[in-house]
Amino acid sequence: MATTTPARGAHTPPTGGSGAAPHGRGAWRTRLWRFDDKVSPYAYIAPFFLVFGAFGLYPLLYTGWIALHRVEMTSLDQSEWVGWDNFAKILQDSEFWTSVSNTFVIGVISTVPQLLMALGLAHLLNYKLRASTFWRTVILTPYATSVATAALVFALVFRADGGLLNWVLSFFGVDGVDWGNGHWTSKIAISVIVIWRWTGYNALIYLAAMQAVPADLYEAASLDGANRWQQFLKVTIPSLRPTILFTIVISTIGSLQLFGEPLLLQGGTLGAVGGSEHQYETLSIYLFNYGWKLGHLGPAAAVAWAMLVLLLLIALINWIVGRYVRKNAV
Amino acid sequence: MTTTSPTKTAAPDLDPAPPAAPAGPGRSRFKLGAGGQLKGGPFTYIALAVVGLGSIFPLYWTLVAASHDQERVLDSPPPLLPGGRLMSNLEAAWEQANLGKAIVNSVIVAGSITVATLFFCTLAGYAFAKMRFRGRGGLMTAVIATLTIPPQLSVVPLFMIMSDIGWGGELESVIFPTLVGAFGVFFMRQYLLEALPYELIEAAKVDGAHNLRIVWSVVLPAARPAMMVLGMLTFVQAWNDFFWPFLALNQQNPTIQVALGQLSASYTPDQSIVMAGALISTLPLLLVFVVFGKQIVGGIMTGAVKG
Repeated sequence: MATTTPARGAHTPPTGGSGAAPHGRGAWRTRLWRFDDKVSPYAYIAPFFLVFGAFGLYPLLYTGWIALHRVEMTSLDQSEWVGWDNFAKILQDSEFWTSVSNTFVIGVISTVPQLLMALGLAHLLNYKLRASTFWRTVILTPYATSVATAALVFALVFRADGGLLNWVLSFFGVDGVDWGNGHWTSKIAISVIVIWRWTGYNALIYLAAMQAVPADLYEAASLDGANRWQQFLKVTIPSLRPTILFTIVISTIGSLQLFGEPLLLQGGTLGAVGGSEHQYETLSIYLFNYGWKLGHLGPAAAVAWAMLVLLLLIALINWIVGRYVRKNAV
Repeated sequence: MTTTSPTKTAAPDLDPAPPAAPAGPGRSRFKLGAGGQLKGGPFTYIALAVVGLGSIFPLYWTLVAASHDQERVLDSPPPLLPGGRLMSNLEAAWEQANLGKAIVNSVIVAGSITVATLFFCTLAGYAFAKMRFRGRGGLMTAVIATLTIPPQLSVVPLFMIMSDIGWGGELESVIFPTLVGAFGVFFMRQYLLEALPYELIEAAKVDGAHNLRIVWSVVLPAARPAMMVLGMLTFVQAWNDFFWPFLALNQQNPTIQVALGQLSASYTPDQSIVMAGALISTLPLLLVFVVFGKQIVGGIMTGAVKG
């Protein structure tokens, strides 16, 4: 099931349909058939583009318009042109820059270990195992857990006093770590929630790609005297490069969106501002706070555009890194 | 799910360990699986068990915390075994968070999103996989590109639009934007590329079936296994969705995740009751997972092979 044969779609289907249309029934019927054949594919893909256009693309452009206006939550139908004021407001706000850097830091410390662990885990799962389906299902269970549930359980695990983690750490002589309030510890706590939820999912994606690696590559490598570790480095990893790039893109975009984890880590008013010193405030939290707590939708829309710029930057970096990796591989 | 490749004949041993592999049944124990991999040793199982425990433990502890009173949950050392207050905590959560209504809402939202996704994504996936039309490649690329747009970019105007057309705070505002998704289109396309031979479509055409008729009697039956998997993935996602529902819905009309978020944000929340709510919101999905785990695992592995 995991193996995909390359691009069957490239084959041209044998033509015939309309050509083999009923003879003497008249040209009208043939024309109807042709029309059906021509229009049907567009009709079938239309719902996607309609929904995306109405609730994805149009709002995305509309965001730009709102970012240049004063729009308040209390009076949604009134707007007033303010030009670049909203952008100036957030760019001069140190809290905005804190949340940019927080989003970046949390993104890195959650994505990197997550993908490395997923790679190792996929390698283990790729062995012939007893009850292999059982293991795969078990490591995927966190995926079935909602952000809310995960964040709320981990909030208790990470409690400063009486928390499960600090209790365990006390056996190792580490006492009283203030997970929620520390600048690094709170970011680590959030990353742990992310890593917990997504490692198994990514491992399965890697596993699927690993199973598509042709066995003779390994045979050739072993004939050349490569040991297991060398085979992993020289055969597995290069074969997985497109998949790895794909997961990097998806996880990076995911980490740009972190919302539930920081919101619920300490809950209440602390959650809505990302901690007493904004130490774990992400861009989504900042947007939520500006738009939904303070009620100023204009600056919130400006934040959304800042996120778009960040997204494009990430895409650019990905593209450059991808090019660099490809060049060095050849 | 593992596709065992036919390498019985003279597969070179990659494992340094098996010198005296006896002939007969024992020999097949060192048969190469897909990807030329070998049997896992004790280390593999130990490592998997550790990761597995890590995956399950937080959920187990949700149950533990939901079955004690708050004082015990926040006490040190924390409880590691379930206590006796599960039922009363579940009842309290049910009342305090309006969970009855929230569950009904979640079923409506996730249910209708799932049905619509299955229908529209199968149609679109079929068109992209098997029909020829101008702009097919470019449009498919556009579909995949939409995967990279975070919802954060459009929530502000979406909120205004929804209130404008009278869906502010209503379930429609959560349902409609997710009626059909890029992942589903891609997923069905991948599946139908291989599972639906052109001969079948041609045969139906020769028999005089028009396109919708072909969809109904050829494509849908062929797509059924993939639709089951996509249905479950979609349901899980819709049930667990938090960001937009949290912004769009209000206290009186929440989905279960929104209700959970509000329960924990309430003034001095009782943690054991919050955990009881978390348990209620997670249990249905865990059940689905226990029953259909194999299909869901297979689905994720198929759907994500190529980006």
